[in-house]
Amino acid sequence: MLKIRNLEAGYGKLRVLKGISLHVSPGEIVIMIGANGAGKTTLLKTISGILKARAGSIHFEDQSISTVAMEEIVNRGCVLVPEGRQLFDTLSIKDNLTLGAYLLARRGKRREVKERLEEIYELFPVLHERQDQLAGTLSGGEQQMVAIGRALMAGPNLIMMDEPSMGLAPLLVEKIFTTIARLPELGKTVLLVEQNARASLDIADRGYVLETGQIVLSGTSQELLDNHDVQRAYLGKDYKRIEELS
Amino acid sequence: MILDQNYETLPREELEQLQVERLQSTLYRVYRYVSFYKQSFDFNAVNIEKIKSIQDLAQLPFTTKEDLRKSYPYDMFAVPLRDILRIHSTSGTTGKPIIVGYTKNDLRHWTDCTARLLAAAGVTDHDVVQIAFPFNLFTGGFGFHQGAEQIGASVIPSSTSTAEKQIMIMRDFKTTVLICAPSYAVNIASTLEELQIHAESLNLRVGLFGAEPWSENLRAQLEAGLHIAALDNYGLTEVIGPGVAGECEHKQGMHVNEDHFIVEVIDPKTLDPLPLAQEGELVFTTITKEGFPLVRYRTGDISSLIEEPCACGRTLRRMHRVTGRTDDLIFIKGQKVFPSQIEEILLEVEGTAPHYRIILDRQEGNDTMEVQVEILESFPAFDELKNLERLRDTITRKIEVVLGVEAKVTLVEPRSLLRDSGAKARRVVDNRTL
Repeated sequence: MLKIRNLEAGYGKLRVLKGISLHVSPGEIVIMIGANGAGKTTLLKTISGILKARAGSIHFEDQSISTVAMEEIVNRGCVLVPEGRQLFDTLSIKDNLTLGAYLLARRGKRREVKERLEEIYELFPVLHERQDQLAGTLSGGEQQMVAIGRALMAGPNLIMMDEPSMGLAPLLVEKIFTTIARLPELGKTVLLVEQNARASLDIADRGYVLETGQIVLSGTSQELLDNHDVQRAYLGKDYKRIEELS
Repeated sequence: MILDQNYETLPREELEQLQVERLQSTLYRVYRYVSFYKQSFDFNAVNIEKIKSIQDLAQLPFTTKEDLRKSYPYDMFAVPLRDILRIHSTSGTTGKPIIVGYTKNDLRHWTDCTARLLAAAGVTDHDVVQIAFPFNLFTGGFGFHQGAEQIGASVIPSSTSTAEKQIMIMRDFKTTVLICAPSYAVNIASTLEELQIHAESLNLRVGLFGAEPWSENLRAQLEAGLHIAALDNYGLTEVIGPGVAGECEHKQGMHVNEDHFIVEVIDPKTLDPLPLAQEGELVFTTITKEGFPLVRYRTGDISSLIEEPCACGRTLRRMHRVTGRTDDLIFIKGQKVFPSQIEEILLEVEGTAPHYRIILDRQEGNDTMEVQVEILESFPAFDELKNLERLRDTITRKIEVVLGVEAKVTLVEPRSLLRDSGAKARRVVDNRTL
C-alpha cells in the first residue's frame, strides 16, 4: 500500500530523514517508534505532501506521490491525523468532522457525507452525544477522537497518526488505541508514529525504530518488544549497568 | 508444504523492498555497534547512506573468515553479552574458533528458518524426527531441533553415536525423518545392510542431509539404501547455522531464505560480483540478525543460483549444490579440516619433513583419512622400528586431539612423495565418490 525508498527530507540546511526505507501492507497497523527529534513527524509530513521530499521515492498504491499536491494525496486516500489534534476549537464536533469530508462535500455528495458521519458516531458514540458541543471545550481524549474521526471522514485507505497518545491520561490512551486497533476491520491501514512504544506495540503488527533520521531496526511487534535496545530506550526497562566483557 | 505463506512467496519486488529496508538498518547497526565494521567502512571510504539498493551492496567491503577469527571471542557481536541467549562456535581447528551469539530474536528467526526447511521437505507434526548431528557447540543439532519442535514433530536428539545405536533408535522409536550429514547417512545405510535389516521394514520416509557437500549419485544411493526421499540443505555457523537454504519437494536446488540473508555470487579471484546464474563464490549478508550480523561474508563455497521460479510456488531463489571450495578445505565425517592444519601438526613433531599427502577414501560407507608423511633423513636412528612406531603414534594422537578426526598415519621414505617442481603440490587425494 505504501512503499518508501531512501527518503530524504528536512528543513533548510537541516537533514532530518537520511534515506529511510519502509513499507506498509494493506490491513496492517505499522508503528514508527522514535525519540524526540528522530524524524517521525517529518516523515509523516513528507508522506502527506506538506513537506517536499529531497530524494527517494514514495509510492502509495503503486503510484508515486512524492511530487503530488497534498490535497490530491488526501483525495487518493492517504490522510494524516496531525500531532496535537489541530481542531477548530470554535466549531462544533459535527462541523469539525464534516470538514474532513470537504472533498466529498464539494462534489455535492451530501448523502455520503451523512453516511460517513454515522459511521464515525458508531465508532465514537460519545461524539454523537456531544455533536453540537464546541471542539475547544472537549477533553484531550475526546479531541483526539474528533481528530481521528475527521481523518476517517475523508474515506482514507491509509490513515497516518502522529502521536495520538500525546498528553492523554493512561485510561484514555487505552481507549484511543482500542479504537485504532479496530480500524483494519473497517478496511483501513494504519501508520502510527509514537513515543508510547508499549501501548502501540500491543496493537501493531510490525514496527520500525527511527533514530536520528535512520531506521535502525524493524520487525514484528513481538520482535521489537523482545529487543533489548527497544526495551532500554523505549519501554523504560531499567538495567543495572554492568561492565561489558571486552 | 510452504510454512510461511507470506514471506516464502513474496513477489520479488516486495521481497527486494524488504531486503533493502533490512539491509539498511543492519548497516546502521553494525556501523554503530561493531568496531570492525566502523573501521572497515571508514577505511574503504564507504558511506552507508549511499547504499540504496541490493546492487549497491557491491560497494561494501567483504568480511572474511580471517576477520572473524581475529574477533575472537566476542568482538564481532553487535549487542552486549547480556542480550545474548545462546553461544555456538565453529570447530576452530586452525587457531581460534569463530564464536557466534544469538539474541532472543535471532533464535526465533533461526528456528523459523529450519522449520521452513523441514516443512518444505514434507515434515509435519505426525513425524518422528531423529537428529543425528552432534548436540554441542556446533549448530547442526540445536538448529534443527528448534525447527522440528516448532513444526510440532516428535524430536529425538540422538546426536552422534554408533550407527548400530542410531539404527536401534530408528527401528524401536519408529523414526520417520532422519537428519544428519550425508556421510553419516551412508554409514547408517551400509550398517543396515550389514545387519541385514531391510530399510522398508523401518518407518523412515524423509532424510535431510547437509553440513558437507554431496552429490546426485549419493542421493540416489541414499534414497535406495534408506528407502527415503533425500533432501539437501545448506548452512554455515557464521551465517546462522543450518537453515540458510534447503530443497523443497522438487529437489531442484535449495531455496535461500532471502528475507533473512542476501546472497551474492562473486569471482573469487577478482572479487567482482558475477551474474547470479554464473558459478562463483557465495557471499552472504545477514539482514535480520541482531547478535552476530555479517556484511558480505565470503563463504569459500563455490556454487551458483537459479533465478527461474520454482514449481513449488516459493519465490525465494534457489542455489545449486556446493561444487567446490575456494580453499582446500576437506570435509570428513561432518568435520572440516584444512590441510594446513595437518601441516602445522607435522611441523611440531620432530623427525618429519613438511612433505605429506592426505588420501581420503570411503570404505564400507566410512570416510577414512590417511596421512602419508616423509621422515627426515636426519631423524635419529630412523631405521629403528620402535622409534618409527613411536613417531607414528605421536602424530596419530596429535591429529586426533587437535582435529578430532581419526587418521591413519603412514611414514614414508625421505623424498618419496612426488613433488611437482614449482606447481602447487597435490597434497590431497580424494578417492571418495560423492
